[in-house]
Amino acid sequence: MQETTANRVAANATSSFTEHLQRERPDLMPFGQVPFNQLPAGGHASQPGAPLQAPHGTTIVAMTYAGGVLMAGDRRATMGNVIASRHIEKVFPADQYSVLGIAGTAGIALDITRLFQVELEHYEKIEGTLLSLDGKANRLGAMVRGNLPMAMQGLAVVPLFAGFDRPAGFGRLFSYDVTGGRYEEQEHHAVGSGSMFARGALKKLWRPGLSEQDAVAVAVEALYDAADDDSATGGPDPVRQLWPVVYIVNRTGAFRIPDRDLAAVAGRVIESRTVAQREA
Amino acid sequence: MTQQFYVSPEQLMKDRADFARKGIARGRSVVVISCRDGIALVAENASPSLHKIGEIYDKIAFAAVGKYNEFESLRQAGVRYADVRGYSYDREDVTARGLASVYAQSLGAVFTAEQKPFEVELAVAEVGQAQEADHLYRLTFDGSIADEHGFIVMGGQADKVSEAVAAGWQGELDFAGAIRLALAGLVADKETTTLPVSALEVAVLDRASESGRGTRRAFRRLEDPDIVALLAEEK
Repeated sequence: MQETTANRVAANATSSFTEHLQRERPDLMPFGQVPFNQLPAGGHASQPGAPLQAPHGTTIVAMTYAGGVLMAGDRRATMGNVIASRHIEKVFPADQYSVLGIAGTAGIALDITRLFQVELEHYEKIEGTLLSLDGKANRLGAMVRGNLPMAMQGLAVVPLFAGFDRPAGFGRLFSYDVTGGRYEEQEHHAVGSGSMFARGALKKLWRPGLSEQDAVAVAVEALYDAADDDSATGGPDPVRQLWPVVYIVNRTGAFRIPDRDLAAVAGRVIESRTVAQREA
Repeated sequence: MTQQFYVSPEQLMKDRADFARKGIARGRSVVVISCRDGIALVAENASPSLHKIGEIYDKIAFAAVGKYNEFESLRQAGVRYADVRGYSYDREDVTARGLASVYAQSLGAVFTAEQKPFEVELAVAEVGQAQEADHLYRLTFDGSIADEHGFIVMGGQADKVSEAVAAGWQGELDFAGAIRLALAGLVADKETTTLPVSALEVAVLDRASESGRGTRRAFRRLEDPDIVALLAEEK
């Protein structure tokens, strides 16, 4: 194509913040800075071959309920056998009508979250309209794929994305694999090290048309079960007053459930388990 | 080779400035008013989709008059500048002053170096915690920057509109009062005494967005029914 002013303007017109950053400030991208073939072989300089030690975020659960979708995450990050953080938050609002939760290497995941939030806001400001829910889900998939070289080094990030589809009028869930593959999930889903146990709990606890309060209780209990069997997942902590982070998304937007309510819900779960006096 | 006529630098700059001024005066006015509730931005604009007012960042808005393609490219550049800055440092570190100085440099460079100057005039507004912390910057086609107090009127017959707004401006206005004042200003150069809501573009920077709406993004575009409801409120 001829290099004309019009062509140049058209080529530079992008509504994507990620594309703009890649072009103008590639040093700020959370991934893709080192060409794949120049990445060091997995491991630390002192112990070649051993996996790089970095904090990992763990279990995220998400489910649909009568008015929309809900996402919840525990508060633990681990580094090998050590608890790296008891306070980390792994579920974030992506924009007004969607939330994302992240499992995997915490440092990269937090940066991808921040990039994704700016990406959505940037599109909204440039275009004057919100991106469709499928559009948002695809953008997140592209970011996860961008991180593939790092994932090959053991620094994988696996998000879970949930949002309210305003034209369709219901909440939807999306899961991803490390290659950026995007899968729409029905009913409920979980990712992270404790996801197996959380999913088992969800299968028994979830039912169609849950009310908002019931959905919050189901999420907290599923995370409780995950923490019960997975050492990398943190349970509710009454000593430090730490509760899971829970967001709901409905027609009116994304809201965080206040700690006060979560303390009550977690208290009821612990109480019912104590009363039952069962081993598992 | 053709012989170039000598044109003195003074004449050259004057010609360019006259050219730009003529373009800007052709359009309709935009009024930006700082008030108790925040900052109100009101434009006379018949198009519901080709905006003259836009959101730049959490507390910062943009208003422009002149050629749409020129100020739209400046608006998009401003959004990119603010988002990159906020992403690489922190959201708090994006300020209207920084943005305005980038705009001033771009406009100044275009004015002297390009074939023709931009026929635009811009306002960059930042809402603060208190009214004293509000910032209003006016940027003209040659890259001049002015820190204004209280309100900005740009485009169209700005003198007449500005006179009307100055007569009624006071810090204690709420949004309804500020928008009414802006309307009174916008009709100052016309025969009529009122404008239909469909011919208006109104947005606000909400001082209390965190406590009121639970978002740090202060910018809110008012739709026609919102404007009608706001103007119908008791004075």
